[in-house]
Amino acid sequence: MQLTPLYRRAAGLLSVIMATTANASDWATRSDLDLRPGVTQVSQEVHDLHTTILWIVTAIGLLVFGLILVAMIRHRRSRRPNPSTFHENIVLELLWTIVPFIILIAMAVPATLVLFQLEDSSGSELTVKVTGSRWKWNYEYLTYKDDNQVNLSFYSNIATPVEQRETPVFSAGLFPYGTASDRGGQPAPKKDHNYNLEVDKPLVLPSGIKVRFLITSDDVIHSFWVPDFGGKKDAIPGYVNEMWAKIPEGKEDTYYGQCTELCGKGHAFMPIEVKVVSQDKFDTWLADEKAKAAAAPDLTPFADLKEAMDAGEGVYKANCALCHGNNGEGGIGLKFAGSEFMTDAKHLPEHIDTLINGRNAMPSFKAQLSPRDIAAVVTYERNAFGNDSGDLVQPADVNDHESQ
Amino acid sequence: MATDKYYIPEHGSPWPVVASVGLFTTAFGAAEFIHQSFNPDSYPGAWGKFVFMAGLAILLVTVTLWWRDTIRESVGGLHNRVLGGSYRQGMMWFIFSEVMFFGAFFGALFYTRWLIVPWLGGAGNNAMTHELLWPNFQSMWPLVMTPDGRATQAMEAWGLPALNTAVLLTSSVTLTIGHHALIEGKRGRLIFFQFLTVLLGISFLSLQAVEYHHAYTEMGLTLHAGIYGSLFFMLTGFHGAHVTIGTIFLIITLTRVIRGHFSADNCFAWEASAWYWHFVDVVWLFLFVCVYWL
Amino acid sequence: MTTATATHDAHHDHHHAPSGLKRWLFSTNHKDIGTMYLWFSFAMFMTGGFMAMVIRAELLEPGMQFVDPEFFNQMTTVHGLVMVFGAVMPAFVGLANWMIPLMVGAPDMALPRMNNWSFWILPFAFTLLIGSVLMSAFAPGHPAAPDFGWTFYAPLSTTYGPDSTDLFVFSVHMMGISSIMGAINVIVTVLNLRAPGMTLMKMPLFVWTWLITAFLLIAVMPVLAGAVTMVLMDRHFGTSFFDAAGGGDPVLFQHVFWFFGHPEVYIMILPSFGIVSAILPTFSRKPLFGYASMVYATASIALLSFVVWAHHMFTVGLPLAGTLFFMYMTMLISVPTGVKVFNWVATMWRGSLTFELPMKWAIAFVVLFTCGGLSGLMLAITPVDFQYHDTYFVVAHFHYVLVTGAIFSIFAAAYYWLPKWSGVMPSKLLGELHFWSSLISANLLFFPMHFVGLAGMPRRYADYALQFADYNFWISIGGFWFGLSQLLFVAVAVRCAMKKGEKAPANPWGAADGLEWEVPSPAPFHTHETPPLIK
Repeated sequence: MQLTPLYRRAAGLLSVIMATTANASDWATRSDLDLRPGVTQVSQEVHDLHTTILWIVTAIGLLVFGLILVAMIRHRRSRRPNPSTFHENIVLELLWTIVPFIILIAMAVPATLVLFQLEDSSGSELTVKVTGSRWKWNYEYLTYKDDNQVNLSFYSNIATPVEQRETPVFSAGLFPYGTASDRGGQPAPKKDHNYNLEVDKPLVLPSGIKVRFLITSDDVIHSFWVPDFGGKKDAIPGYVNEMWAKIPEGKEDTYYGQCTELCGKGHAFMPIEVKVVSQDKFDTWLADEKAKAAAAPDLTPFADLKEAMDAGEGVYKANCALCHGNNGEGGIGLKFAGSEFMTDAKHLPEHIDTLINGRNAMPSFKAQLSPRDIAAVVTYERNAFGNDSGDLVQPADVNDHESQ
Repeated sequence: MATDKYYIPEHGSPWPVVASVGLFTTAFGAAEFIHQSFNPDSYPGAWGKFVFMAGLAILLVTVTLWWRDTIRESVGGLHNRVLGGSYRQGMMWFIFSEVMFFGAFFGALFYTRWLIVPWLGGAGNNAMTHELLWPNFQSMWPLVMTPDGRATQAMEAWGLPALNTAVLLTSSVTLTIGHHALIEGKRGRLIFFQFLTVLLGISFLSLQAVEYHHAYTEMGLTLHAGIYGSLFFMLTGFHGAHVTIGTIFLIITLTRVIRGHFSADNCFAWEASAWYWHFVDVVWLFLFVCVYWL
Repeated sequence: MTTATATHDAHHDHHHAPSGLKRWLFSTNHKDIGTMYLWFSFAMFMTGGFMAMVIRAELLEPGMQFVDPEFFNQMTTVHGLVMVFGAVMPAFVGLANWMIPLMVGAPDMALPRMNNWSFWILPFAFTLLIGSVLMSAFAPGHPAAPDFGWTFYAPLSTTYGPDSTDLFVFSVHMMGISSIMGAINVIVTVLNLRAPGMTLMKMPLFVWTWLITAFLLIAVMPVLAGAVTMVLMDRHFGTSFFDAAGGGDPVLFQHVFWFFGHPEVYIMILPSFGIVSAILPTFSRKPLFGYASMVYATASIALLSFVVWAHHMFTVGLPLAGTLFFMYMTMLISVPTGVKVFNWVATMWRGSLTFELPMKWAIAFVVLFTCGGLSGLMLAITPVDFQYHDTYFVVAHFHYVLVTGAIFSIFAAAYYWLPKWSGVMPSKLLGELHFWSSLISANLLFFPMHFVGLAGMPRRYADYALQFADYNFWISIGGFWFGLSQLLFVAVAVRCAMKKGEKAPANPWGAADGLEWEVPSPAPFHTHETPPLIK
């Protein structure tokens, strides 16, 4: 690991503190000191409330600390050898019980009003079901204006390549698989500007209309948070929570968010990317996507093993590496490197079936990967990591299995 | 009372640390027992249950020896009135902690009945929960059909459970008669009524065993039957465990009564066992009303 | 044997401690048990601290450098559990053991054997917990240690929990038994063994705060036991408490957990209030301001703590009425807390202040705990909590109240009472270094967490986006520095234990008030065998 020199770090922090304005939507260039005002009207009200409260508590803090400081300076023994002896004052004690109470009421009123707004998701024109799933998000467009059967659904995976994340010195526990010297001298890989924030397929939303999110989960509790939309809601398996956002016209941009409830190993790696576009563009996009979803799957066979392996590597890194390891070394999931399951051809149908239908903790990938992707990744797993089984699976094989 | 000095064991006592070893052995054994029973592929072997039982044995022996020491001190006149007060207060706070333990499960019961089940049926802010995830689910209590479609039957209150209520209430009365006998120094009467209480306790446990058997074999009411079965067995099962402990406690104090350990002003252990018994009795009344009846 | 031993006991020479290993294993002496608690707690503090160092090393720079995300989660989980149940709580129980009998004029804790059991359960409980971490780090196959956060939310800890969850469940049961028995002992000692004339409203505030803490412990530790029991049942016995498919609710777990968890937060801070209320008057040479209102404020905080739990779960989709109720109740807690802070300031006001080590820690406590309290008030405001929730802002908040709050007060207590425990004064030079080093590093460690949290970094992240890199670097530097600073305290404590340093008189602080200062330093093995008379 190469450390940035300390003085450059200090300069970096200083520039952060000095920076007061920046492009609101480009989150990654701006390391805020304060809460983001956000882009929706409610998020800005939340921000205003935050600012008010922050000033109130700062004032209280400064009052208390100021009094302590005065006492520490003026009432030290060298200046005041004879202490006073008072130890009660009913008026004072009542005063500092009642005054804070009044301040609290002054804080509670605006808080309650903003809360009412946040909780009111009525009158929405677009409904999106958001499902947290270890460790990706599924977006399902349910209703849009008059259309109650939109039926468009897709998964959204982190797009930051695994290579940018580096390989930890201690891979699974504190006892090293690799050693520090394996990595010695190698510079940390360069990271994208939007490292750990970008996804392969962002959620696309129209500006200018109220969007209702119906948030739930497939497995454990996740939490859906886009700071610019003014809050978060937990995704709870078996229950649906509601949240809403209305992005004003003219604020079409890309917004980022992250999962905020610990959901296991990939908690830090299931970002949210929201592309807000004008309603016209959204209509076109929706029509295109629906057409694509309706089309028959691409079953063009792979020309050779290499083509399948190249395609499969990308699929593997995006979908499998977190549980089964970058190099198939296993972890939460099965170890692939040298596994008999991968090298013995008799397990091939079972292998395909596991991807399609899932098995125990392993989820089904039928809804998120095309037959071509599944064929590629099965081929990859059976030939990478020194498995070299030579098995080549074609999209049609997977498609046959799916339709069985 | 023989002494004014507050008794503190001068040479310490080996039992606490041995009891800690016992607890550790029990806990570790239980965890491995569970792993080896439910996941034999990853956990070959069957030694977990023996470790578990060894741990329980250590605990049992230790508690016996620990109590033997305190009984000797008590009989030897080393305990004074203040120490008796410490024991009594300690026991009351222990019972309070048990109340809170049951409180957690009762809380789960009320939360389930009043909130979870209606929510799954679309009440409150959960209309979409019902519509999107459990469209066929009907909110009802007792919950005899789970959201994922597991069916069971509700336990009827006015059969065996009502009889059990009568048994337990009677046992409280017999124990109170015993208590009066103790205060009046009538040992024969005390022995008779305490013996009767123990018998009633054992009857209660036997009837509950019959009820469980009926639930499992004929009603489909099991731990696997969804939240109704979960709460039913959790609450009644924990109560049953407490009745078992209470019965053992009463048997122990009964043998001490027979040996003549207690007098009207030196009877902490007896009173503790009686309080404990009344406590499980009161818990049962709540159970009967909240779990079986309403 | 019975009577023979008994008579022999009565004539035994009480003023010599037994020697050898038996002294500690079989102890029924509140001072020895207190000492064991304090050493154990410090050992756990260093263990949990080491885990924090692993966390901060990983977060020094973006990217995964040292451990993989799974092990990272195990570190955050066990760090939290060890610090809460292994470091802070046992430290307070240790202080209670040492000080309460001395302060109320009791010959020992009320139930000495049970006292010993309360302590000896702990090393075994933590063997179960830390054992699974060691397995994860070193055993072949690296079986995962608990990795679901110290709050172990279902279904991450049920359906998706690692096998070690069962060990964790049983170790929490054991910690619960230990805490409940410890708390019963404190309550009974205070209510039953006070010296004649020591009325409730004459008790030192440390005793009062502990009395209320003990009540909270007895009320909520069983609820935690209930929560882990339900987790165990859901994991292996087919129940559906936390599973919607069977009619349960994952949020039910959170309600049960936080019904325990919020009073637990006060369990970890009320004794601090007592410590600070003992130290500030001593070094201000002025009686505590508003004793009675301090007592009432403590009691109000304790009562309110039972009706605010859901403020930890504002984002789970509570009904609106519930959200409002919990928001208002939570805000209300700042009133009695404010009363305390103002009373402390008034205690110092127009006193005659000196700044010995305990006073330095106590003043740092008042200031930094107030910071944590104020950010707590911000977190209570539900609409903005939707932004703060589960970010580093929360991490900053609870480390301000737990590290610069609870832990600083424990250090204050240690420096204050070490002369009484050991008979020697703690080293001034090392103590000053320890204080200033800890003070500066703790703020470098925790203050920027507010910024990184507001900027949007979620907690329990093993890796983060690039805009959080600058803060995290400095937070990690502060973390390593704070961790290393605590080695200075090892030196302070070991020197005292080895009786190296200036001899301490019975009342080394001159103006200190209370029964504990009327016995010699170090306190003899048995004290107050004949109850002292309180004027």
